[in-house]
Amino acid sequence: MSALVIAEHDNASIKGATLNTVTAAAQLGEVHVLVAGANAAAAAAAAAQIAGVTKVLHADGASLADGLAENLAAQVLAVAGAYSHLLFPATASGKNVAPRVAAKLDVAQVTDITKVISGDTFERPIYAGNAIATVQSTDAVKVITVRTTGFDAAATTGGSAAVESVATVADSGKSQFVGREVTKSDRPELTAAKIIVSGGRALGSSDKFNEVLIPLADKLGAALGASRAAVDAGYAPNDWQVGQTGKIVAPSLYIAAGISGAIQHLAGMKDSKVIVAINKDPEAPIFSVADYGLEADLFTAVPELVKAL
Amino acid sequence: MKALVPVKRVVDYNVKVRVKSDGTGVDIANVKMSMNPFDEIAVEEAVRLKEKGVVTEIIAVSCGVTQCQETLRTAMAIGADRGILVECADELQPLAVAKLLKALVDREQPGLVILGKQAIDDDCNQTGQMLAALADLPQATFASKVEVVDGRAVVTREVDGGLETVSVSLPAIITTDLRLNEPRYVTLPNIMKAKKKPLEVIKPDALGVNVASRIKTLKVAEPAKRGAGIKVADVATLVAKLKNEAKVI
Repeated sequence: MSALVIAEHDNASIKGATLNTVTAAAQLGEVHVLVAGANAAAAAAAAAQIAGVTKVLHADGASLADGLAENLAAQVLAVAGAYSHLLFPATASGKNVAPRVAAKLDVAQVTDITKVISGDTFERPIYAGNAIATVQSTDAVKVITVRTTGFDAAATTGGSAAVESVATVADSGKSQFVGREVTKSDRPELTAAKIIVSGGRALGSSDKFNEVLIPLADKLGAALGASRAAVDAGYAPNDWQVGQTGKIVAPSLYIAAGISGAIQHLAGMKDSKVIVAINKDPEAPIFSVADYGLEADLFTAVPELVKAL
Repeated sequence: MKALVPVKRVVDYNVKVRVKSDGTGVDIANVKMSMNPFDEIAVEEAVRLKEKGVVTEIIAVSCGVTQCQETLRTAMAIGADRGILVECADELQPLAVAKLLKALVDREQPGLVILGKQAIDDDCNQTGQMLAALADLPQATFASKVEVVDGRAVVTREVDGGLETVSVSLPAIITTDLRLNEPRYVTLPNIMKAKKKPLEVIKPDALGVNVASRIKTLKVAEPAKRGAGIKVADVATLVAKLKNEAKVI
């Protein structure tokens, strides 16, 4: 049995989520990686270095430049024949493409696996992480998205896979890439950060959000996160949202400031190693998952914390 | 053009579900059920497109048990023109639902299908993409903005690093993200009017679709519980604990 990991990359380097997916794939068989992009030789070379990868398939063409689902799914299908398992990281890109591939193969897809039990049996969270289902796929080919926080990252060095060029599929012509608006940030990527400082509605405004939380994040070298309430209120950009419908994170330290701890938020962060809650409401549900709770006004406690560090 | 809007009846998002003690599933008997929040956003978007004159008719579709009729009535109270229930007592997985919807897309020929990006019960995030694949149509997932111009939909999508805009030819499949819109409240007069709107009930067999499950659920368990935490008195204690006890900073 061999497993194909569909790499997420920016044509120059491999994104972190791919490494966790490789670890999951290694539990299923020999690991090959597909790098589909435009001028992506550098990404393919990087993929070949990942420990545990035995072959890299490299498809290069303008139609694959922006990861459009129609073209990328067709490219995956073009090479899928030899594989028993197709694995995608459960990122925006993986979730966009994987079901399209599964449906074309007429197989069900297993979303967001957190554990591999055997070649056809997996664990995945349901109901916002309030239950863990053990599911068995009865299909011949398993199409899977991997929750990256459920698996360690594979080492980026130590592998020496051969890179094989594969034919590129034609453009579907059904969709066009128009543009991209990337949130600029010098901070660590949210899903890969060791420490996350996260703010909620209690911050009150975008200015306060930045004024209070940035010094703490700077001090700790942390990524910034936000609750859905803070994002909806416009205090923080969309892609900072931690929760069932945003990013799923599991840092070693998660500091929740002014976040009540709604079910949908907890689903995104309760696998963090240590959770600190700063909230002035003693009844806030966040305290039920926090290792250390501080019942205080965040506007005084957070600056104090910055000073004390 | 017509818009087709699939809606799902799910456990209300405020309910904290309990896992059954025999591990067969979660207990949803006597639990409040509602329309999946992302689907409400999808209905709202279709209604707004109708108000702009882009869409002429909105068809709400639900697949599942008889009680899904209530969910369809809610969609009609928001502004859908008619409803279709594909009635089926068995559990339906995304692939089966996508096949049912594909059959309805063939029959109704909508210009747009707007779905929620995921249902908050199975958290799958698959149906829209699968429907797009089966119907061989372009997809624009996780939409936070939709504009229809010159036979194409220009959709801003929420992706990991920020936003991305794609332009897809119509007909197309769109799945909604949270920030696409804020669904309107249904008013009592509209609830009354919705009761008079047509609601067709059909069986999966009539659409020629086999809805058998491909994925077997072997067990459903409670997630691992976190150990009880402590409350600290002040910032100094907190820093000391993080440094010496948890050793995370």
